[in-house]
Amino acid sequence: MTELVEIRWHGRGGQGSKTASLLLGKVASDLGLNVQAFPEYGPERMGAPVLAFNRISEDKLTLHCQIEEPDFIVVLDPTLLDTVDVTENLAPDGKVIVNTQDEPEKCRKELQLQPGQVYTVDANRISNEELGRVLPNTPMLGALIKVTGIIPMEVFLKNIEEEFSTKFSSRQEVVQGNMKAIKRAAQEVKGE
Amino acid sequence: MKRVALTGNEAVSLAMKQINPDVVAAYPITPQTEIVQMFSQYVADGQVDTEFITVESEHSAMSASIGASASGARAMTATSANGLALMWEVMYIAASSRLPIIMPVVNRALSAPINIHCDHSDAMGARDSGWIQLFSENSQEAYDNVIQAIRIAESANVLLPVMVNLDGFIISHAVENIDVLDDEKVQDFIGSYTADYSLLDKDNPITFGPLALQDYYFEAKRQQVEAMKYAHKAIPEVAREYEKLTGRGYGYFTPYRMEDAEVVIIGLGSTMGTAQVAVDELRKEGNKVGLLKLRVFRPFPKEELARMLAGIPVVGVMDRADTFSGNGGPLFADLNTVLYGGEERPELYNFIYGLGGRDINVSNLMEIYRYLLNARDGQTLNRVNYFGVRE
Repeated sequence: MTELVEIRWHGRGGQGSKTASLLLGKVASDLGLNVQAFPEYGPERMGAPVLAFNRISEDKLTLHCQIEEPDFIVVLDPTLLDTVDVTENLAPDGKVIVNTQDEPEKCRKELQLQPGQVYTVDANRISNEELGRVLPNTPMLGALIKVTGIIPMEVFLKNIEEEFSTKFSSRQEVVQGNMKAIKRAAQEVKGE
Repeated sequence: MKRVALTGNEAVSLAMKQINPDVVAAYPITPQTEIVQMFSQYVADGQVDTEFITVESEHSAMSASIGASASGARAMTATSANGLALMWEVMYIAASSRLPIIMPVVNRALSAPINIHCDHSDAMGARDSGWIQLFSENSQEAYDNVIQAIRIAESANVLLPVMVNLDGFIISHAVENIDVLDDEKVQDFIGSYTADYSLLDKDNPITFGPLALQDYYFEAKRQQVEAMKYAHKAIPEVAREYEKLTGRGYGYFTPYRMEDAEVVIIGLGSTMGTAQVAVDELRKEGNKVGLLKLRVFRPFPKEELARMLAGIPVVGVMDRADTFSGNGGPLFADLNTVLYGGEERPELYNFIYGLGGRDINVSNLMEIYRYLLNARDGQTLNRVNYFGVRE
């Protein structure tokens, strides 16, 4: 990759959209890429719609503003589709990855996008099965890497495992649960 | 040197850890920053030798820093917004007592309405307190400025406190890559600190904070002006040494594509990074635009700015704070003063923007450049403009 990639995360307070953007930033940074990861802070309430952002580039980043036209949008919560304009200012050929049980075609029609722009994965079910809790952020990272290819999957998996191992050093089951959730989401994410 | 991805808060607290100050005093007023919280973890983990004083207010945090510094300690604290406002009274005492205290400030709006997001009202409120004020575009600059601040503050004949500003949330809470020095390199650079005058030096007793009425107060204040002149000399000297160590150069300001520029924007902080992209875009269309990112706000580098801006037809001055004088923001006022009466004086226009954290992006900055380009071509433009506000 050479060009700047800009990603916007939509979630609800407590779902880990900020953590997902930070994890992606740390991994991309470890690989020598220039990164930014930042949340939009509003009133901090569990369940309120929140945003987080990533910029990843081989060139030095000097932008210090919110992302105007994201290339990729990740939606961590399907209920946001009814309440927030999640596709606002999406780049013309941009892609949206949604955590939902729905098929991509149905979701794409709902979002009024072109075929090929929408990917879906049931990250709630995956995280529930692998982690015993609904924490869609890490599986959605797996889906994002698969769809965007911004980092080779093998490299991403190796580095994210190191991040988890540092973060959850005494809880190996959490590391493994997250790794399984990421791999499954990467396999199960579907486009049209 | 190694590259790591850190938030602005993490970068600054890491710099503090590597400085290993003798005393840090802090109080978590809302909105405080994670800087002192993270630093307290370093203290708890035994990674620094610092005496960490938890006080009952920001006023006391500055007071404790003053006491520590007067006793010959290297003292630091960190604050933000309302916390800085609460320190106001004692900040003057720190400066007049010539105490080289270092304080990172995460710039945020002052209430009301209640707001915790970025603007420069807090730092500008402390503008006349006698502190040296450095501004940072990003985490890297915040980290570098904190380390350089130690040397600037402790320079012979300077002995003034330094405030290192970084933009709230935009920088403080955003992760970016930064290059950090090894601990030993930082220690070698800052050196050990022995105060020329110390309250604890019982063989050479001195007085701090005496009464000086009509007889000597004025002289003390006059000496502060001289100290600022020495700071003006010390800042580039320290920067040159720092560049040898890191390869990263710092001046009073950073010019960007200023060669042949006919329209220039000048301002402080993170917005200047965004403006760099706007300049690139406009240059692609053949517009002669440039950018001046100001790092040193106090002491104000008046001669250097006057030289740099002379002959440029139009200059847009970005202020992320207002003075409510009805005549624009603090940077605008200073620049008008500096350029008044000068030859080849640019036309100055003020843009007050981003109060309370309102986002300013590349399109916004391109719009501002276009107003200024039109002004260059003879169109009327208000002297003072409020950009990006509903009115």
